[in-house]
Amino acid sequence: MTAPPSPRPAPEGIRVQIQGVRRVFPGGTVAVDGVDLDLAPGSFVALLGPSGCGKSTLLRLVAGLDRPSEGAVLLDGAPVSLADRPPIAYVFQDPHLLPWRSVLDNAALPLQLAGVPRAARRDRAREALVQVGLADAADRYPAELSGGMKMRASLARALVTSPRLLLLDEPFAALDELTRNRLDDQLRALWSSIAVTVVFVTHSIVEAAYLAERAIVFTRRPARIVADHRLDLPRERVGSLRTEASFAAQTRVLFDALEQGDV
Amino acid sequence: MRALRNLLPPLVALIILLALWESLTRALHIKAFELPPPSAIFLAAVKKPGPFLQAMGNTAKGALMGFGASAIFGVLAAVILASSRTLERALSPYTVFLQTVPIVAIAPLLVLWFGPGLRAITVSAFIVSVFPVIANTLAGLRSVEPALRDLFRLYGAGRAATLLQLSLPSALPSIVTGLRVASGLSVIGTIVGEFVAGFSEDGAGLGILILSDYRQLNTDRLFVSVLLAAALGLILFAAVNLLGVLLLRRWHPSEINPTP
Repeated sequence: MTAPPSPRPAPEGIRVQIQGVRRVFPGGTVAVDGVDLDLAPGSFVALLGPSGCGKSTLLRLVAGLDRPSEGAVLLDGAPVSLADRPPIAYVFQDPHLLPWRSVLDNAALPLQLAGVPRAARRDRAREALVQVGLADAADRYPAELSGGMKMRASLARALVTSPRLLLLDEPFAALDELTRNRLDDQLRALWSSIAVTVVFVTHSIVEAAYLAERAIVFTRRPARIVADHRLDLPRERVGSLRTEASFAAQTRVLFDALEQGDV
Repeated sequence: MRALRNLLPPLVALIILLALWESLTRALHIKAFELPPPSAIFLAAVKKPGPFLQAMGNTAKGALMGFGASAIFGVLAAVILASSRTLERALSPYTVFLQTVPIVAIAPLLVLWFGPGLRAITVSAFIVSVFPVIANTLAGLRSVEPALRDLFRLYGAGRAATLLQLSLPSALPSIVTGLRVASGLSVIGTIVGEFVAGFSEDGAGLGILILSDYRQLNTDRLFVSVLLAAALGLILFAAVNLLGVLLLRRWHPSEINPTP
């Protein structure tokens, strides 16, 4: 006997407020320096900056995996804490699947850790695999998957908890361009279908422009904001957009901002 | 076909070696108690195999119990050490003691403490074989990917869930490596234990046979016992290896693409 699925509240993204956040590592390295941001619920925001600039540190602070030295991160107005907070999902640069588990059981892991019974969590994991187009590979093991499929499995694991905030840390950076573009499209489609706030860290200008509604451009370490740019592009995005003049104009703005921050 | 081709060279080498050994001991008139020819060793084994097999069984019992204790207590000790930095820093140096203590030197102590027989023999096998289990398990537990630790923290996993679902499975390849080393060592520890701790309750092990044949200069029989002891270590090693392959074949790269 499992409890009937409780009627979920209308899904809505989380509002993320970053207030005067500074992170100094032991040893004195300043990773993030005085960042103020307010991300609207349900928005798709790209954090763009050079490799190693501190944008990943910022993402970890938002997830509550790390604490700011100064300032605060608020989720829906409450300070972020690992113990008690709205459902967040985090996708790492590498898929980081558990190699001893099938794809299905990997996707079900967050629910297992939350104490959801086996049958129920497997059903939800199967749905998540359908969402990312990996239903056929449910019984396979990570070692038998291609890089793109592993990343899909990692994405399914993130989606299985129906997160209201999805944090992605250069998730597709290690994939070939075709696979990356396909996953970018899928991520856009997912975002418009489940209404979740997405924060996407990347060092690729094209990827930031193609995916996001709003791109925050950072300087080299320590990460400071040089530009906060609203992307003037249609909501429906298709692959051909990448070659259009309107798109080039947007990437130009981001490129100039990156150059400006790279001193 | 490929297995045959891999097996052929060592087999040919063995036959040549045995032939050389046989003909040289005969040609040079080497005394049988110094170095018996292979044929004499073979005859000694088949003439009366019963006592040898019984002794091998007794030694196997001591080795298996010592090895089993090493597997259980070794993994357990590593889990406890890994659970606290302070504990690990305080106790880790002393686990090395287990590695460096000369087992021959403390075997008499074991007899004093545990009495002659199987118990002292098992403890001897345990002391010799537990260190590689502790060291390898500890290394495995420490090498869990930080991102996966973050993932478990993010989803609110407790200590028990993190240990059972993440740390121990991550450490499994290292644990199997530790058990592989321990399997061979446990047979050595058993033989040494038998040298000192005398008869086990159910009769003599290979160590006892080796001692008595040495005193009577039955060198051919001595060789049989030595070969059986080596075979025992090999069997135990092969069993651990098989276990490792079965546990890891779906996921660990070293087992997915075994080197030919």
